[in-house]
Amino acid sequence: MSTINSSAAWKAVDSVPDQFPAGLRVLVVDDDPTCLIILEKMLRTCSYEVTKCSRAETALSILRENKNGIDIVISDVHMPDMDGFKLLEHIGLEMDLPVIMMSADDGKHVVMKGVTHGACDYLIKPVHIKALKNIWQHVVRKKKNGWKDLEQSGCVEEGDRQQKQSEEADYSSSANEGNWKSSKKRKDNEDETDDRDDTSSLKKPRVVWSVELHQQFVAAVNQLDIDKAVPKKILELMNAPGLTRENVASHLQKFRLYLRRLSGVSPHSSNLNASFMNPQGETFGPLSSVNGLDLQALAAGGQLPAQCLATLQAAALGQSTAKSNIPMPLVDQRNVFSFDNPKLRFREGEQQLMNNTKQINLLHGIPTTMGPKQLTTSQSIGNINMQVASYGVLSSQSNSSLINMQVASHGVQSSQNNSLLMPMGQPQFAHAPRLPLSMGQPMISNGIAANVSTQNGIRESIRAPGYNPVPQTTSMLNFPVNHASELPGNGFPLGSAPGMSGRISKGTFQEDFISEIKGSVGIMPSYDIFDDLNQHKPQNWELRNAGMTFDDPQHSNSLQGNLDLSQSILVQQGFSSGQMNGQNQSAAVVSKAMFSAGDGTEPGNPLNFNQELNSLPIDNTVRVKTESVADVNPDNLFISHFGQEDLMSALLTQQQGIARAENEFDFDGYSLDNIPA
Amino acid sequence: MERNPMRRQLQVMRKSLFDQGYLDEQFVQLEELQDDANPNFVEEVVTLYFRDSARLILNIEQALERKPFDFNKLDGYMHQFKGSSSSIGAKRVKAESTLFREYCKSGNGEGCMRTFQQLKKEYATLRKKLEAYFQVARQAGPMETACRPK
Repeated sequence: MSTINSSAAWKAVDSVPDQFPAGLRVLVVDDDPTCLIILEKMLRTCSYEVTKCSRAETALSILRENKNGIDIVISDVHMPDMDGFKLLEHIGLEMDLPVIMMSADDGKHVVMKGVTHGACDYLIKPVHIKALKNIWQHVVRKKKNGWKDLEQSGCVEEGDRQQKQSEEADYSSSANEGNWKSSKKRKDNEDETDDRDDTSSLKKPRVVWSVELHQQFVAAVNQLDIDKAVPKKILELMNAPGLTRENVASHLQKFRLYLRRLSGVSPHSSNLNASFMNPQGETFGPLSSVNGLDLQALAAGGQLPAQCLATLQAAALGQSTAKSNIPMPLVDQRNVFSFDNPKLRFREGEQQLMNNTKQINLLHGIPTTMGPKQLTTSQSIGNINMQVASYGVLSSQSNSSLINMQVASHGVQSSQNNSLLMPMGQPQFAHAPRLPLSMGQPMISNGIAANVSTQNGIRESIRAPGYNPVPQTTSMLNFPVNHASELPGNGFPLGSAPGMSGRISKGTFQEDFISEIKGSVGIMPSYDIFDDLNQHKPQNWELRNAGMTFDDPQHSNSLQGNLDLSQSILVQQGFSSGQMNGQNQSAAVVSKAMFSAGDGTEPGNPLNFNQELNSLPIDNTVRVKTESVADVNPDNLFISHFGQEDLMSALLTQQQGIARAENEFDFDGYSLDNIPA
Repeated sequence: MERNPMRRQLQVMRKSLFDQGYLDEQFVQLEELQDDANPNFVEEVVTLYFRDSARLILNIEQALERKPFDFNKLDGYMHQFKGSSSSIGAKRVKAESTLFREYCKSGNGEGCMRTFQQLKKEYATLRKKLEAYFQVARQAGPMETACRPK
């Protein structure tokens, strides 16, 4: 392969910059063995380093194991275990690598799908070697765009670039164009700046949006008022060293998208709103008190005061703010989630919540409805916690439950059944969603809200229609926690939650979430497990929606922590179910099951939460011992049961690590339109 | 050289496969990938193709025995089959696959069955011809880089 001159400009991230593009590391995924072997040979002929696999799951695990081991991915569209576009989204979210789609299908709509899902190119089979010779350009392009993010803030060009979605993608093959998220596309202008960046490593360092950082961000945004928040001011308020305006801008974009999604949350939300308003006193009476988080306020105004968020976040973070976290204002979900099930016992849960304190009831009950309204207004909430709260909406009964949403991952608190962070809307879980969602990634909220489908089949479909998992890690881990088997009949469509396969691709969250969750999470299986445990019908957690995409934190093992809160929302979900049953210890089991189920594979779900979580003093036996889940797969992070505090801390630590990953997610799916950069 | 006659025969066979439309450009791509490191690459790929696609043919056959036809499923199978076939340059087989898919899309069961029969014939013929071709190729000894037809 001829080396390109430009490679000189690249400071090689690649191991052999001088010979670039030779040595480019390509991962090719295709279930057709004939095509696979031909592609491999072609790529080898192009002097690339090739890794091949025939299953999408294999591909994802290869990518996760070695985050920087692959430069570009080529994937078939039609695959038996996972749709190529889903894989594309996952990769985009988790690893942010350029992905080329391939298919014998050259129909316009398919190609368009590739574009909209963020493929950087689309090849028609049979693939010609000529088409492969130039794929390196996508790698260069992406890196360049990535640079831009890192550039110092304050640069006007940057701002412009950011906003401009470069379409022109001069790709060699058909279809791709610029549909990449705008930031990626800024290629053309980059030239000048590139030189400037020459000194920095080509590898675009990703900013890790840790929980604290995100909290700061949210606080800043709240202060400024979401509509007026501009990256520059946010940056000033945040006063975070090393953070550039660019970083803030892209994060803000994602955040906005996230909020937008929340507002778009399901119809339930309307119901919820009403219920929400009650938050405090009514059903959630106890809850409100429980959580320091002023969720109520949130519910009420839909606008979470900054402090709330902070509290929530804090709570979520496991700072163990007093009980619980978020007073789940929400949830009065009664309407929405009709938690009729006594199981939910929110009230009890609430009480417990109080006791549990740990649990960060994230807005439980933030039923989907919440999401949009409440949350949206609460844009400030930025914290995912809130969002999570939406998840919590489960509150159908006791209202307290929900919030587990996402936060659940943290707080899955044990137990009380209720609160489990209902991760996803487990309405059933009346548990106070402890989800200390602070994971900062509001992601959960999306799913959670959806999950709120209270037991009674409220499944609020976690679809967090509005909740698109927080753009970062949106790993909406909607825990399919259906485990909650406690909730009878809630029929959570666990499927949805399934292991939140890592990240629901950002772009398509809304609908994809649901589906994604299903597929990815694989939680479905967990349901079965829980069923046994709970006897309740697994509420169909539509965790799918919950989309708790767990971002696969870079550490597969550290999943526990990795639950990245952002992703971890999931945890809760699963747990709540477990908890619902009366605090079954099984929850722990369930959680495990969940995780493993999630993937259908494995046990590996690195829900390492266990470890940390186990230590959590889960009152309700809800110890979600995620032990089994050893590797919390980001997909399944359903650590809801774990005591929030412990979880939070565990998660936080992990998160830190994961946070790294989070940033990588780049929600490309979100258009930068509304970022007033 | 002793291989000359075999090589010549090989060339003739090869040309005929192209001329009669059994193979297309993609086959040449495969030939170009063959090198010293993989001297039998084309044969290996073709063998793999026939083995893997036999499974798909069987699936389609079984699906066609179930009435009413599940056109979506049939189309799915055929899509895979088509992708495989096109990657080795099986031109005629690919054409039949396309036709089959058209019938699936329009819900024409009869058309599907008819086309499938035709497809199987082409598939079997191609298999025979290629087997013969590779037999000669092996006897002809390592070939230099493939030359494009005509």
